[in-house]
Amino acid sequence: MRSPIRSGRRALLAAPALLALPARAQRPRELLNVSYDPTREFYRDYNAAFARDWQAQHQQPVRVNTSHGGSGRQARAVIDGLAADVVTLALAYDVDAIAERGLIARDWIARLPQNSAPYTSTIVFLTRKGNPKGLRDWPDLVRPGIAIITPNPKTSGGARWNYLAAWAAAQRHGQDPEAFLAQLFRQVPVLDTGARGATTTFVQRNQGDVLLAWENEAHLALQEFGAERFEIVYPPLSILAEPSVAMVDANVERRGTRDLAEAYLRGLYAPAGQEAAATHFYRPRDPALLAKNARRFPTLDLVTVDGAFGGWAAAQRTHFSEGGVFDRIYRPGR
Amino acid sequence: MNATEDPRWFRALLALLAILTGLLLLALPLAAVFAEALRRGWDVARAAILEPDTLAAIRMTLIVAAISVPLNTVGGLAAAWCIAKHDFPGKRLLLVLVELPLSVSPVIAGLVFVLVFGLQGWLGPWLQARGIQVIFALPGLVLATLFVTFPFVARTVLPLMQDQGRAEEEAAATLGASGWQIFQRVTLPNIRWALLAGVLLCNARAMGEFGAVSVVSGHIRGQTNTMPLHVEILYNEYQFAGAAAVAALLALLGLVTLVAKSVLERLSGRRVSGAEGAPMRMLTVVSGGLLLPFVQV
Repeated sequence: MRSPIRSGRRALLAAPALLALPARAQRPRELLNVSYDPTREFYRDYNAAFARDWQAQHQQPVRVNTSHGGSGRQARAVIDGLAADVVTLALAYDVDAIAERGLIARDWIARLPQNSAPYTSTIVFLTRKGNPKGLRDWPDLVRPGIAIITPNPKTSGGARWNYLAAWAAAQRHGQDPEAFLAQLFRQVPVLDTGARGATTTFVQRNQGDVLLAWENEAHLALQEFGAERFEIVYPPLSILAEPSVAMVDANVERRGTRDLAEAYLRGLYAPAGQEAAATHFYRPRDPALLAKNARRFPTLDLVTVDGAFGGWAAAQRTHFSEGGVFDRIYRPGR
Repeated sequence: MNATEDPRWFRALLALLAILTGLLLLALPLAAVFAEALRRGWDVARAAILEPDTLAAIRMTLIVAAISVPLNTVGGLAAAWCIAKHDFPGKRLLLVLVELPLSVSPVIAGLVFVLVFGLQGWLGPWLQARGIQVIFALPGLVLATLFVTFPFVARTVLPLMQDQGRAEEEAAATLGASGWQIFQRVTLPNIRWALLAGVLLCNARAMGEFGAVSVVSGHIRGQTNTMPLHVEILYNEYQFAGAAAVAALLALLGLVTLVAKSVLERLSGRRVSGAEGAPMRMLTVVSGGLLLPFVQV
């Protein structure tokens, strides 16, 4: 009767050994990139390349950790103390929100070239193969019986781009944009918190006739699930999405990672970073590389947030803040 | 007319309905998880589980459970002991507090810790100035798990303690036993099986908790992910086989816990003296078997 107890005790004593980390030759320096939803695959590649380059140049092992989720939610986590060295979010406003709390310098957007957006994207339609409902342009979406999948603009950056693209398109078609958006959201059966959740809802759970998606997310879905099931539709008009990157000054100061963070973000503009972005269906800033990938990234009429909405601060205040237009038009369960 | 007088066919029908419902609602989805995990073969499932980020998530889950379950065992036992064996002002309040986590959504539980320990919260700036990370790190995960799993030990042990009354303890006290002696020699032996069952339930929930830990985790791959969070991440990265494999492993841990619990319950019902060593032996064997895959790496 005693021995099993003793062996049980021995098993308990052995447990911590199982939990211990395997020994490492040199402890790698760590960098935390807090990013938005659809960048998972892109940053997995880029992180490996960056770690390789840094090791070669500085003889120092580096481990880049990542966290992904809806852009707004990720910004909130950094504000609440998630120790990000860099943020690579879906839109400038989410970085502004962190800057407002004093964690990032106010002039962050001017610290890196091209509005601190090393790659761009746009919003497209992903439909079932053959586009059975014949959805070609934004007004087609609000026809009766069309179910639209888009995430929640309150938590997702991609969803805010979707919303603004639809708004600009309605204006271009001479429709009342607020009524158009109200009708559009009435035809949304589920609001996921992030772009990736919305994609799995459309692709995996087979909900909806059309997914309003990041161009890169749509291409990735095609690549993962086969072009025989889905089709990308480019509407005549969409929006120029500039996903922003920034160093979180308060955190790099505290953690002593400024040099790493700086090199990490600069590297996104270098040929290798641009190449990786293009591979993962983000539009590279490098004009030559963009031209080389012209078939993958067709030209379309793109409005900008600055041009059509007077910048992100104004767009956020009017549309997505507490009591803004979105709160007015969206009633769940309708 | 009572239940035993119902016609035999009626009783059989009811039983059949109950079993069918159970199979349809519980067994079938569980079977689907295992089927999905093994759909692309055993090797794919094994590779998914041995992937470093997945191992880190498993390790994190075990660490969180290893810290929070013992703490809640002691805390739950103390609370149940106070409530069942003593009268004091505020007793009802304590009972309400013990049950609070059962009625509060886990997401709220997580949020509470963000509000208290977050950088914008009460203690956040003070903690950060001292280099202490609570949320988005192990302490936050443990706190959230402690909160959610607190009632399990107390609620399993309490009814038994109340049933047994205070006669034996009072007898021990009149014979001159100290409080600690009474607890060790009288109270604890009376409730040991229920206590073990409560610990197992607490452990199952600690390993499976999603909502509360999701709020405080920060979702850093390979660092602050627990198994349930990692299942979501894999699913979101289109690694469905991997997600199912980790989910199956998690389900397996839960199933083992349940089986162990029902075995314990049967033993406690019989109270056969010779069988006393058996549950411990069985636990050792089962947990040893579970840990085996990880020992090899």
